[in-house]
Amino acid sequence: MSYIIQGETGDWEVVIGLEVHCQVISKSKLFSGGSASFGGEPNDHVDLLDAGLPGMLPVVNAHCVEQAVRTGLGLKAQINKRSVFSRKNYFYADMPLGYQISQYDQPTVGEGTILLELEGGKTKEVGIERLHLEADAGKSMHDQHPTKTFVDLNRAGVALMEIVSKPDMRTPEEAGAYLRKLRSIVRYLETCDGNMDEGSMRCDANVSVRPVGADELRTRCEIKNVNSVRFVMQAIEYEAQRHVELYEEGQEPIQETRLFDSNNGTTRSMRSKEHAHDYRYFPEPDLLPLDLTDEYIENIRATLPELPDERRERYINDFGLSPIDAGVLVAEKENAAYFEAVAEGRDAKMAANWVTTNLFGALNKIGKSISESPVSAAELGKLLDLISNDTISGRIAKDVFEEMVENGGDPQKIVEEKGLKQITDTGAIEGIIDDIIANNPDQVAQFQGGNEKIIGWFVGQVMKASQGKANPGMVNKMLKEKLS
Amino acid sequence: MSDLNKLTIAQARDGLTKGDFTSVELTEACLSSMSAKKELNAFITETPEIALERAEASDERRATGNTASAMDGVPVAIKDLFCTEGVLTTAASHILDGYTPVYESSVSDNLRNDGAVMLGKANLDEFAMGSANVTSFYGNVINPWKAEDGKDLVPGGSSGGSAAAVSGDLCLAATGTDTGGSIRQPASFCGIVGLKPTYGRCSRWGIVAFASSLDQAGPMTKTVRDAAIMLQSMAGHDPKDSTSAPVELPDFEAALTGEVKGLRVGIPKEYRVEGMPAEIEKLWRQGAEWLKDSGAEIVDISLPHTKYALPAYYIVAPAEASANLARYDGVRYGLRVDGESIDDMYMNTRGEGFGKEVQRRVMIGTYVLSAGYYDAYYRKAQQIRTLIAKDFTDAYDQVDVILTPTAPSAAFPVGENQDDPLAMYLNDVFTVPASLAGIPGISVPAGLSENGLPLGLQLLGKSFDEETVLRAAGVMETAAAFSAKPGL
Amino acid sequence: MSLDKATVKNIAFLARIRVPEEDLEPLAGELNNILDWVEQLGEVDTEGVEPMASVSNVTLPLREDAVTGGGQTEKVLANAPEAEKGFYTVPKVVE
Repeated sequence: MSYIIQGETGDWEVVIGLEVHCQVISKSKLFSGGSASFGGEPNDHVDLLDAGLPGMLPVVNAHCVEQAVRTGLGLKAQINKRSVFSRKNYFYADMPLGYQISQYDQPTVGEGTILLELEGGKTKEVGIERLHLEADAGKSMHDQHPTKTFVDLNRAGVALMEIVSKPDMRTPEEAGAYLRKLRSIVRYLETCDGNMDEGSMRCDANVSVRPVGADELRTRCEIKNVNSVRFVMQAIEYEAQRHVELYEEGQEPIQETRLFDSNNGTTRSMRSKEHAHDYRYFPEPDLLPLDLTDEYIENIRATLPELPDERRERYINDFGLSPIDAGVLVAEKENAAYFEAVAEGRDAKMAANWVTTNLFGALNKIGKSISESPVSAAELGKLLDLISNDTISGRIAKDVFEEMVENGGDPQKIVEEKGLKQITDTGAIEGIIDDIIANNPDQVAQFQGGNEKIIGWFVGQVMKASQGKANPGMVNKMLKEKLS
Repeated sequence: MSDLNKLTIAQARDGLTKGDFTSVELTEACLSSMSAKKELNAFITETPEIALERAEASDERRATGNTASAMDGVPVAIKDLFCTEGVLTTAASHILDGYTPVYESSVSDNLRNDGAVMLGKANLDEFAMGSANVTSFYGNVINPWKAEDGKDLVPGGSSGGSAAAVSGDLCLAATGTDTGGSIRQPASFCGIVGLKPTYGRCSRWGIVAFASSLDQAGPMTKTVRDAAIMLQSMAGHDPKDSTSAPVELPDFEAALTGEVKGLRVGIPKEYRVEGMPAEIEKLWRQGAEWLKDSGAEIVDISLPHTKYALPAYYIVAPAEASANLARYDGVRYGLRVDGESIDDMYMNTRGEGFGKEVQRRVMIGTYVLSAGYYDAYYRKAQQIRTLIAKDFTDAYDQVDVILTPTAPSAAFPVGENQDDPLAMYLNDVFTVPASLAGIPGISVPAGLSENGLPLGLQLLGKSFDEETVLRAAGVMETAAAFSAKPGL
Repeated sequence: MSLDKATVKNIAFLARIRVPEEDLEPLAGELNNILDWVEQLGEVDTEGVEPMASVSNVTLPLREDAVTGGGQTEKVLANAPEAEKGFYTVPKVVE
């Protein structure tokens, strides 16, 4: 699928690179013992280093390093045995040290790849340039007071993994797929909760355009801090269009940083960036280089869970699921776990179907996540058992399921209480069939006259007469025998 | 009793143990001396109440047989670069107006826990940037030694207040910090002992940072033995400082055996700089003789990259400082000068809050790190640093310690060199190489200049070999028998 | 390597230090003297020499992931020139 913008002078393609900042799941911050948890009263999670007090020094959090390596392995990336922290120097109200401790030319993680799942079952591999560790800034609030900005440093110092993609994406859809996949991977690894609207995962999109078929990379703009997948896609669309229009007018986009306005789907220039940033990177003199051993890396590799791509393959190969169903189920670890619990010892395809269609449908309607599901995996499994052992038909099962969603309860009990058991007694079914045949000679004649399709009508009548409880398979078989 | 302030730490330890006097008496003698010599301007903040409180507590401990250490009850001055809990800490800068830390630096905490008595915060060059203590927002420090014509002399810097206080017997000892020579050079100018330990020996946590890869805390004392005693208390691994060395502390005082038989002493030819005053060369040779007479072997060595140390230092130190001083922005503590926008506020605050020398260095630092210049300046200087360190490691294959003069002159009059930053920088020519290499160095008062002013000799050692440095210094101190005191 | 007034003004802005207009030229002179003097480092052949990564040959210590600080908002704000409702306040920043 290509995304071409048709201009007056020709066709243009879009070149997209994404920089995603992922907050590391950890108790304390990257360089200090301040709490890394979300929220809190203003400046309550602020340690002396976070406040940038004189004489304070950074000490690296071992767990954050592990999380970065774990994520790097999940991205099939090169783990660099030596990496160096660097100071990135600039002034901002929520940057208490006047510099950010980050990594520059020697990041902890090098090149890797992410496999995107696109529409129509297509896939595309996108390159990862690097992943590095850095300390987050605090928060500035500009709307609390007419003339003052309020600064809360709770977030200052929280560990971030900055994941930089190669400029391999060409469509807004690919960018969306990239973000969803990356989010899925870090959630599987439990290194980041991927929560874009809480800000634990933030995306900067680098957008440029070029004539279709061209090789060069033209001027790009960075759209900062877009906080949802949908907005990222919108921002890219808008920005690409803006660039094309400029080129077509004989102008050029200025290389700059822009903000996305979600209210009207446009981007605008950031005022404070009049002066180009000169970050004056140099190696952090308060820390030493980080040296990792093969043993350390392998120990982490050994603890990796099954990742989405592998799990998807397994579902396709072992469970015989379609790539699409498999993809839907593995996207969220919790969903996959639920599915596997239901599929345990049962027909996997049936389980997949019920989970992706019935369960997800119901959860969407009532606005709940799978961890809040009113129907547990065990309960759903029981329901499927009732279908498999012919206690109820699939049709009835849907009703039972609805009841379980609304009011909870054990499927077996519901079937019994409501008398929904399937009728499989041939004698009983025969009785109903005989009745209907006897009462509807015209339709019988039609069938015998060659209209085979009318058997559906008979089936419907039998089902109605039995309040849906007759076993459809048996009904079909017996009807055919009797009518012939 | 009123001469108790003239004691050394070792003498005080003796006297306190024997019960000849109390820590309170010792402290009161120092406090009186401080009052009598206010014109030295050695202190920015005096803390007599805290001092007497701690002295009393010390006497109490001693009475119940719970003496904490050799430093228990000893009155000391703390350079105002060390953050002290609840006590104004200024780094001699306007920009830290009113700053009262809610924490204590690790080094001063070590001293506090060992029972030392804090008399006050000693004056210094602003943010430790200087070699004459003429850049402090709180005014110049005056050397207790006077010129023959009675002119005021500089005490050296940046630990000028600490040096003057020890030299003038306002305290028994003081802490200093040394980044390019800021302990050793003022020690030389004031006729006292100053020790810069190996980088990583003392914790930097809670010390207002100037140049992170160079700053080191150290003792400034009247004798070599005192330096050993005080270092024992100050030093030690600190997990809060990632550059703090995880090594055991040896018994520094025990190293003072008085023996240097077979010790190989290196004389680096590159330290014989052009225009060096004859009297300093003479004293340097004299130092070698003293050691030789005590059984040491004198070896000529070469430290080929010596002359590049000073320019390399004046790239690396300002670069690191430019980032370390970025936090002084008026937002969270210290001086704030308002502005219409936040950038305005930053510019006003820092323009007014930082003195001229600090501004110069921050600008140099900003420039050498800026786009396009990093490789030519910062990276180059760090490469040269590797070469300088290698010069020393190679030399230490042949020798155990290295003997050099500490400073290229005796103390000079206030006002001299002040118009020319470069001339001021040259004061550190003999001290800077050891800073860049991170090796330990001590200055010992060795003689008097023609004008009757103290001159120091410097001994440098291998990393973490303060013991040999102290041992050699002790022998040289004995041989020099420097007993002159400033005529106050 | 010569710095002119404009460059000095730029550096001063990067460092967020206000230098009065009349001081720019003299400051440029001072800085140039210092920079000229450090130029001599160019004489040294540093081909293949690693820039010093750390003075000590210690390995980077890593600390346990535990909350050991924070929960002391008053202390943190104690020296603040301006604070309100637990926040630091500064002149409004416009993005």
